[in-house]
Order: sequence, then C-alpha cells, then structure tokens
Amino acid sequence: MSNEQSSGSLTAAQVAHVAKLARLEVPAGRVEEYRTQLAAVLKHIAKLDAVDIAGAEPMAHPFESFNRLADDVPVDGLPIEDVLRNAPAVEGRFLAVPKVLAEGD
Amino acid sequence: MQDSPTIDLTAIRDGIASGALGAERTCAAMLDAADRHNPLLNAYHETFREHAIAAARKVDEDARAGRPLPPLAGVPIAVKDNVATRLGRTTCSSRMLESYRSPFDATAVERLVAAGAIVVGKTNLDEFAMGSSGEHCKWGPVRNPWDPTRVPGGSSAGSAAAVAAGLCAAAIGSDTGGSIRQPASFTGIVGLKPTYGRISRWGLVAFGSSLDQIGPMTRSVRDAALLLDAMSGVDEHDSTTADLPPTALAATVERPLEGLRVGIPRQYVSDANDPEVNAAVQAAADAYRAMGATIVDADLPLTDVGISTYYVIAPAEASSNLARYDGIRYGHRAQLKPGEDLFTLYARSRSEGFGPEVQRRIMLGTYMLSSGYYDAYYKRALQVRRRIKEEFDRAFASCDVLLGPTAPTPAFGFGANADPLAMYLCDVYTVNTNIAGICGISLPAGTAVRDGKRLPVGIQLQANAFEEERLFRAARMLERALAPVNAAHAPVVRA
Repeated sequence: MSNEQSSGSLTAAQVAHVAKLARLEVPAGRVEEYRTQLAAVLKHIAKLDAVDIAGAEPMAHPFESFNRLADDVPVDGLPIEDVLRNAPAVEGRFLAVPKVLAEGD
Repeated sequence: MQDSPTIDLTAIRDGIASGALGAERTCAAMLDAADRHNPLLNAYHETFREHAIAAARKVDEDARAGRPLPPLAGVPIAVKDNVATRLGRTTCSSRMLESYRSPFDATAVERLVAAGAIVVGKTNLDEFAMGSSGEHCKWGPVRNPWDPTRVPGGSSAGSAAAVAAGLCAAAIGSDTGGSIRQPASFTGIVGLKPTYGRISRWGLVAFGSSLDQIGPMTRSVRDAALLLDAMSGVDEHDSTTADLPPTALAATVERPLEGLRVGIPRQYVSDANDPEVNAAVQAAADAYRAMGATIVDADLPLTDVGISTYYVIAPAEASSNLARYDGIRYGHRAQLKPGEDLFTLYARSRSEGFGPEVQRRIMLGTYMLSSGYYDAYYKRALQVRRRIKEEFDRAFASCDVLLGPTAPTPAFGFGANADPLAMYLCDVYTVNTNIAGICGISLPAGTAVRDGKRLPVGIQLQANAFEEERLFRAARMLERALAPVNAAHAPVVRA
C-alpha cells in the first residue's frame, strides 16, 4: 500500500486541528511528516477491529478501583518557596503570567 | 558470591556490613568508574559525589562503632531521571524539565534511602519514558556497554547501562510497556516490572497512569528481591497502591519451587524472533525440565494485538497527563513577542519543551480521545484490554509462570528503528504485562554474536497479579541453572 493510501484516513487539516487541541505549535512544514507517521500507527491500531469485544466491560484500570478515604487530618502542604523555585516567572509570592484578559474584557 | 554472574548488590551490602568492603571505598570506586565511562556511555545525567561520599562515610562509622545497620546500608543506587529526588534535578531527559528540582522525594526513593541505600546519580532515559532504545534523550543517546555502537534499549536506558557496566550496585527504572525489561534484556541484567499497585507511583512522573510501575534493575534475582522488599507496600500518597504490606521475597527467593508448571505460549516462539532468542527460550525450558518442572503449552492469541491496544491506552493517558506542562507553574516557558496571547504561550512552550516523539504521542492520544473517535479507539482498546486480562487468567489456570522472550532481538544499532512504528513493535512481548497489570521479570540467558560482538539475550517470566513470590523463586531457579552460560561473557565497557 502506498503512503498516499495508507495515510488517507488522516488529513493535514485534522493534524492541524489535533495540534491545536493538544496545545502544540506544529510548523506547516512538519504537518505532512506527522500526518504520515500518525496514519501509519492508526493503521496498525486498526488490528483492534478484528477482536471480538461483544460483552467485554471496558477495563480502564488493572484492578477494580474504589475511593480510598484518608483520615480528616490536616497536613502541611509544601513550603511556597520550594514550589515557586521551579516557576519560570514569579512576582512576590505569585506566579507571573501574561495578560489573560484582553483590554475591555 | 557463589553463582551470580558478577558481584551484586547483596554481596556489596554484606561486604559493607562485615567491614570487608568499606562503604566509602565502594561508593568512590563506582563514582570513579562513572567518571571514566560516562563520557562514552552517557548513562548518568548527574552524579552526587559529595552527598554520596558523606553518606557512605557515615555508614562506615556506624559499622565500625557496631551500630545496627539498615538492610541496604551503604549500597550505591542510581535513579532514573523521571523519578523525583530532592537531590539534583528531575528532568525526564526533556528540555521541558531541564532545570526542574523536585521539592520532594518519590516514595520509592524515600524507602530505599530509609533502608540505607545511597543515591549516587540520576540516569538518562528516552524523553518522558517514551521510547525503546535510549536514543530519544535530550542529553544525547545512551550507549550499550556490550557494544557502544548499539543501543542499550529503553526507556530506562541509563539505569540499564549503569548497572551492566558496574557504575552503581543497582538502579531503579520505570516500566510502562517494557521500559525496564527490554533494556535489562539488551544489557544482560535482571529487570522487574512488578504487579500494578505493588510500588507507589508517588513521585514517578506520570506517563500512562494505569500502566506505569517503578521497578528494580539489578545484577541478580536476589538483588531485585531485596529492592522490591524495600520499595513495595501501600502508600497513603498513591491510592492505586495495593493495600498490602511490603513483600518479603529475600527470605524465600533461594527456595526452589516443587511441582512448578511453566507455560510457553505458542505465540511467543515465532519466526519473527532472532534464532538465538528462540534458542534461549528453548534452553530455559530444558533447564526447567531438568529441575523437575513441567512444561505446558499455553495460548495467548491476543499477543499480537498488544501493541495496538497499548498505542491507544498509553498515548491517551499521556496526552492527559502531559497537559500539565503549560509553561506556567514549572517547566519550560517560551518567550513571547509583544501582542502574542496566552494560547501561544502554552503551545510554544510545549512545542519547544517536548521532543518529536513526545509530541507525536500527545497528538495521537488527543486524536483518539477527541469527539467522534473516543468509542472507536479508546473504549474499544479498553474492551480488548479486558480480553487480554481474561486470556492471561485462562493461561495461569494451567501454569504458574509463563516463559518467553523479553524482546524479539538482541540490542540493535543506532537509527535501526528510526520509523516510530518499527520501534513500537520491539515491545510485542512486554506490553501485555502492563496492559493486564501482572508482573514480569527479564533475566539474562546467554548471548548472540552480531558484527563480531557478543550481545546479551534476555528471557522473560511472567506471573499473575501479586504472584511475585512465585515469580522470583522460579526466576532464581533459572538464574542458578544458567549461571555457567551467563558467566562466560561480560560487557566490554565496565568498571
């Protein structure tokens, strides 16, 4: 099967849309490369269609999980200075971020 | 040492406790070896000489004063760099976390340190543990100590190389689809993926939360038992840890199992494997037979769809877990030009911070979880996951452990699997262990010659969930039987 056919299931527009959903900046020159690679993986994943899943309960986790409750005892969080040490930009005891709301919002 | 291939952690520990080996001398020797060989192997991203020597000196003082020593007193341990340590940085071998310093220790690390172990360094990995070769590391590729023109496997590449070359007594890695076992197999060491929930994931940087486990990478089965004993057990910081006490495998690992039934899935012995790999499985089966075990046929027809299942579940979970890297609270932040908005800050920080394989998997996961595709991919994969688990349960009804290859080939050359899908297929025998949440261990089982160089071949044993005691006793039996084969060869780059 040629690349053209095997990657037919995924369009360049879809790759660009997924990149936006994933908050990734994919330069226009790389879209085709990603499209081909992702389509090849999706084609392989299509093997799942051959498995009989009738009546199979989806298994999101290896074991039946349940809520485990901790005692209602307050514990100290991490010291603010330890946490802020990793922040890319800080103002006083706060994380600094670019303006979130535009003028007039 | 009786019959383990090289001096292992247990022997080092005993030597330190008896005074025959000084902790400081041992630690210094391993760090010297790391300084000598790391420029070639690139196993470590960082080592902590000052800290390690001070801690080792304290152990020597305690030993001389006759004070009681904890079970791992003075043993030098390396930690994969996706496991949080207050010491040094925790980078995941990614530009995203290039300067990240964890404000806390992972539970597994905290427990090893409480047991007396000394963290000597952080080891390189495929970025965010996504890879099977050790090539996708921001700090350069890791090299295999048996043949530096080949990969050590991945993603726990640096931990495997450091253990094999003797640059530490043992290491910890993480395994989401084979990331401990496959590099163990490529470098001739022992690697364990414990049952999901055995070891706390608190402090393990999340990749595939329903698949990830921390585990030991060691030079002997008994070492892996000691480290699992030290790290396992319920943890209040991780609600997915099983509500069980720590294992006590060191006490039983030397005892052979009576009436052991070893299953060999017919799908595991395949023409797609290199001949030496199939021969190693056959030799292991023969060794078990000679020890009185029964070999039974097993059938795991879904072996072949494991990779497809994994490459839905793991990227889906990864795309969700890695959404936290937004350039705001920690991690890489891009410089914006005037007028650029917050969305651009997120997207550019992520695209500058993550390498291509990580971005590929995030996009794959995002696509499969997106509106209109969720049922076709994610839900279906979870249903196949149920079938895979049922298939293992059926197999374990007629055998105690499953025997097979760890990987279809020995270590390959750099760039040999440049195509992402080809790389993914290297994990065909390991991913289903994680998908089902059971335990698996890779053991060295002889060598193959490629381009005139000796390369290790690994075999894998798997056991059902929380059956580590059986897994370890079966593994130790085989290790003892294969000792002469494994003792015949050693890495060319070593301390």
